[in-house]
Amino acid sequence: MYSDKVVDYFMNPRNAGKLDDANAIGEVGNPKCGDVMKIYLKINDQEIIEDIKFETFGCAAAIATSSMITEMVKGKPIAEALKINNKDVAEALGGLPPAKLHCSLLAQEGIEAAVADYFKRKTGKHPEGFKANTTCTACGGSCGEGAGQGHEEEEEIFVSEDHRAAE
Amino acid sequence: MTPRKVYLDNSATTQVDKKVLEAMLPYFSEEYGNPNSLHAWGRDARKCVDKARTQVAGLIGAEPKDIIFTGGGSEADNLAIKGTAWALKDKGRHIITSSIEHHALLDTVRWLGKNGYEYTILPVDKTGMVDPKELEAAIRPDTILASVMFANNEIGTIEPVAELGEVCRRHGVLFHTDGVQAAGHVKIDLKDLPIDMMTMAAHKMYGPKGVGALYVRKGIKLIPVIHGGGQEFGLRSGTENTPGLAGFGMAAELAANRLANGEIDNEIRLRDKLIDGLMERIPEVILTGHRTKRLPYHASICVKYVEGEGMLLLLDAAGIGVSSGSACTSGSLEPSYVLLSLGLDHSTAHGSVRITLSKDTNDEDIDYVLEKFPPIVEKLRSMSPFYKNN
Repeated sequence: MYSDKVVDYFMNPRNAGKLDDANAIGEVGNPKCGDVMKIYLKINDQEIIEDIKFETFGCAAAIATSSMITEMVKGKPIAEALKINNKDVAEALGGLPPAKLHCSLLAQEGIEAAVADYFKRKTGKHPEGFKANTTCTACGGSCGEGAGQGHEEEEEIFVSEDHRAAE
Repeated sequence: MTPRKVYLDNSATTQVDKKVLEAMLPYFSEEYGNPNSLHAWGRDARKCVDKARTQVAGLIGAEPKDIIFTGGGSEADNLAIKGTAWALKDKGRHIITSSIEHHALLDTVRWLGKNGYEYTILPVDKTGMVDPKELEAAIRPDTILASVMFANNEIGTIEPVAELGEVCRRHGVLFHTDGVQAAGHVKIDLKDLPIDMMTMAAHKMYGPKGVGALYVRKGIKLIPVIHGGGQEFGLRSGTENTPGLAGFGMAAELAANRLANGEIDNEIRLRDKLIDGLMERIPEVILTGHRTKRLPYHASICVKYVEGEGMLLLLDAAGIGVSSGSACTSGSLEPSYVLLSLGLDHSTAHGSVRITLSKDTNDEDIDYVLEKFPPIVEKLRSMSPFYKNN
C-alpha cells in the first residue's frame, strides 16, 4: 500500500526529535484524528531555516511526510519553504494512498504554523495571511473539531459499471 | 539464516491445518459430485456434507440437523438477524444488540432500522462486558431478538452469554450469539446454554475461508436470505461447498479434540506470558478487554503516545504479523468503535495492537515478540510529541 520511499522515510526518519534551540514551533493536528505533528525550526537572521526537527504522533504516512518535509525545507529561506505544498510532499514520497493524503496536508500546515509562530514571536502578533488556528483542518473536520459538517449516512446502493454508464 | 516469521493475527484468520487440507482435496476433482444428485457421485458428496454437519454439531453439543451451513460468518449473522426479523415481523419489530458487535451484526441491525424495525444498542463496561440487567431493562413487549457476541474479536472479552440467554428466555425473546471467535477455542455445549442461534466460521479454527454455519435450535422459524434450490433445509439455497464443508468438518473435529485434551491450557499460558511480558517491558501499556474472561489466544493492548499502524509496520518488518484498531489501519480517521465503547480516549485507542496466538505458537515465538516489541515502541515514542520523557 505504501511506496518504497514512504516506507524508507518511516523506517529511517530524517530530523526526528526535539530541537532545543528552536526559535519557532508549530503544532498541528488533533490526537482525536490520530495525527499530531510538531515542527521545530531554527531560523537565522537571513530568514533561512538553519535547522529543523519534528515530533509526530501518527501513522507511517504521517511520520514519512513529516520526515520528508523537514528535508525539503531545511536550508531554504522561509518564503521558499512556504511554497512547498502537500502535493509536492506526496510527490516526493512517490505518492500516498488516497486515505493518507491528509497527512501531507498536515506536513504543509506544520511548516506554516511554525513560520507563523516565528513571526508572532518577532512582532508580538499573529502574522497576516496565516491561519490563526490550524487545528484539524487536515482531516476535513471528520473528527468534529474543525469546520466540517456532520452528514447523514447515505444508504449504500450498489450500481454496476454498466448502469452507471447508462445513466 | 532466514529471518523468523511469527504470524500472530489469528483473530483475522488462521492457517488451514494440513489434516483439514487433506480432508478437502478429494472433493475438488475426485469426489466432485453435486450432493443433490441421486447417482453414486451425488451420494458420495452427500455423505461428505452429512459427515461435516455431524462433526460441526459435535463441536458445540448440537444435533446435526440444527446446523445450517453458510458461506461464512457474516452470512450466518445476516441469516440469524434478517431471518428472524422477517419471520417474526408480525410479532414485534424491536431488536437488541451490543455496541461491540462485528459489523456483520451492527450494520445488519442498522439496516433493519431503516426498514421498519427499531433497535437498542447496549453499552459495555470498561472490560467490554454487557450487563444482563441492562439487557433485561431494554426488553420491550415488541422485542423479538437479542444478539450479543460470545467473545469479541478486538478485545477478546468473553460475554456472559449464559446469563444473557437466560434473561431472553425468561422474556420470550430469541437469543443469537456471534460465536465466530469463540467456537473451537472455548468449550461450548449448547445442551446446557440458553442460546437459540449461534454463528460460526471455519477459517477462525484452522479451516477454509468462505464456509460458516448458523446453529439454529429446533423449533425456530427463520426466513431465508438466499432463496433457490432449497438446500440446507430451505434456509440457504445454493449447491453445497463440499470441499469447504469437508474442511470445516475436519477443523471442528480437531478443535473438539484440542478442547478435550487440554491443549488450550498451553495457549492460555502463552497468552498470559505475552500479556505479562509486554506489561513488564513496556511502560504505560494498558490491556484492553477482560483480564481473565478472555479468549485463550487473545492479547490486546493500547500503547500510550504512539499510533498503532507504526507499530504494526515495524513489527511486520521484524517478521511479526499483528493487527491494530487504530484509525490509520481502517482507512477512516476514527479509531475502532469497540475500543471507544470501553471508554478509552481517542489517542489511547489509536495506539491499539492486537496479538492473537495460534495452536502452533510456542515459547520461542513469544520470546521473540517480547524481544522485538519494546524497542519498536521506544523508537516511535522518541518521535512522539506526547511522550513526556522526550
